[in-house]
Amino acid sequence: MFQVKAKIIQNKQVKKNFFHLLVDAPEIAGKALPGQFLNIKVSDNLEPLLRRPLGVHRVSKNNIAMLYEVVGNGTQILSQRKAGEYLDIIGPLGNGFDYQSPVTCHLSPVLVAGGMGVAPLLFLADFLAHSKSFKSLVFIGAKTKSQLTCVQEFRELGCKVKIATDDGSMGFKGRVSDLLTHFLQATGDRRQATIFSCGPRPMLKAVSEISRKFKIPAQISLEEHMSCGIGACMGCVVQTTSGYKRICKEGPVFHADEIVWEREK
Amino acid sequence: MITNLTVNIGKLKLENPVMVCSGTFGYAGEFKDFLPLKKLGAIVTKTITLNPRQGNFPPRTCETPAGMLNSIGLENPGLAGFLNEKLPILKKIGVPVIVSVASEGGIAEFVKAVSELNDFKEVAAIELNISCPNIESPVTSHLSPVTGRQSPVACRRLPVFKNRRLISQDPQATYQLVKQVRKATKKTLITKLSPNVTDISEIALAAENAGSDAVSLINTLMGMSIDTKTMKPKVAAVIAGLSGPAIRPVAVRMVWEVYQKIKLPIIGMGGIIDTSSALEFFLAGSTAIGVGTANFIDPAATISILQGIKSYLRKNRINNIAKLIGGLKV
Repeated sequence: MFQVKAKIIQNKQVKKNFFHLLVDAPEIAGKALPGQFLNIKVSDNLEPLLRRPLGVHRVSKNNIAMLYEVVGNGTQILSQRKAGEYLDIIGPLGNGFDYQSPVTCHLSPVLVAGGMGVAPLLFLADFLAHSKSFKSLVFIGAKTKSQLTCVQEFRELGCKVKIATDDGSMGFKGRVSDLLTHFLQATGDRRQATIFSCGPRPMLKAVSEISRKFKIPAQISLEEHMSCGIGACMGCVVQTTSGYKRICKEGPVFHADEIVWEREK
Repeated sequence: MITNLTVNIGKLKLENPVMVCSGTFGYAGEFKDFLPLKKLGAIVTKTITLNPRQGNFPPRTCETPAGMLNSIGLENPGLAGFLNEKLPILKKIGVPVIVSVASEGGIAEFVKAVSELNDFKEVAAIELNISCPNIESPVTSHLSPVTGRQSPVACRRLPVFKNRRLISQDPQATYQLVKQVRKATKKTLITKLSPNVTDISEIALAAENAGSDAVSLINTLMGMSIDTKTMKPKVAAVIAGLSGPAIRPVAVRMVWEVYQKIKLPIIGMGGIIDTSSALEFFLAGSTAIGVGTANFIDPAATISILQGIKSYLRKNRINNIAKLIGGLKV
């Protein structure tokens, strides 16, 4: 883990509330793995006080890209930061996706993203495509067509992309988890499949149920407000089959069958 | 000019007065990548209890203006887990380790936990956490409970406690507890005080009379924050502990009040995030300071503050930190 002052190369609005942030952080770029995150001090003062965790979206030799949506005061302030300025960044943090264990070494990856969940999954798809020559099958869900993002980037990596929108403005009308269910019901051989998912909690819960129903292993990346991001404050916990675990330290990626959803709101 | 930064807390001699606050530094290992841990004056552990504790239902924290609320509920691996997994790592750092202890089962459990720590010479001191607002407090159950209207949220689910009275909210209870623990150990005893009282100095006096070697203050201020969209509390336990720069003026005032009332060394804390905020606490009467919430924002905050204190003393031609303590000009 490193704490660095990273120069902003670009902080560009890509859609209505979506921003693409590119920073120069060679140490972190050299270590970051898909599913890990960075904890960013978005201002140089007390507003806001705490850092903001953002998933790693893309990595090149010296640079790290993050994709974020403006949802509150922290991301609002971050969106105002300009190229040439510096951000205090800690990372890479947490445990990312597990694609190296014997179970998953011959897999057919199924990526399921909801909203901003595309951000870390693109990094995973990139990694799988380049290091393992795996072409992922990608399901992306969004509220509406205009909020869909990264579709082209996934396709450029050779991934097949399936889309669901809540209002039906593009692709399947309805939840991405329902689209996934339809697909799995229609597919005969699922033995090699592994699901990797990131998105809102209700979607991850649905994906976990699908994983159990179809007996396909799933790894899910949880998002949570964090205070320290390094496992010290015990704030960002989730109930698992072996007690509370820290999303920032043992997570953010968990095996879906570990999570105790009954106690989730 | 050589600047003397050493301070004494009971039998403990610290190389410098910059410590961390319990619960904000884990068991130190979490911070090893970010700062030279051996430069700290002392490390105070996250509070341990005799038995492991799962902690409170999430969400456990939320951000507030210039601060944050937390209700972790003392999640910890228990005394045995601490001794086996955490203490060996802490020991290697080479700075005094102060173990924060709390009890779920009254005075006897406090005494038992402290007695078991007697056998470990690497435990330099004990901080009695009698001021955590986030656990059910059995010790004070004989005191009149805080009763009143049962709000709809209070019936909602488990994390709403029936008894939030803290030992450190009652001078008698504080005296009894410290007195019993004092009999059980020769190690330096630090009593951590709650700001959720009418007069903190009378609680500090009770700790002094009962044989505490020092007091640390302040623990968090009880607070609440509500999500107006969902109409739910932002922290599941509804009431939580406020920390961060928002509470600093309260903390400085309390240190000043306690400094005038007792002779024991004070470890001052509450919203310290930089050199100037640390200096306020020395001037108000602290012998040492604790950096808390700032560790979450900048994991190396302690080191910058330590450097800053050194430069301040040098610049003002003060050769001993002791000369700063209680130096407020009124």
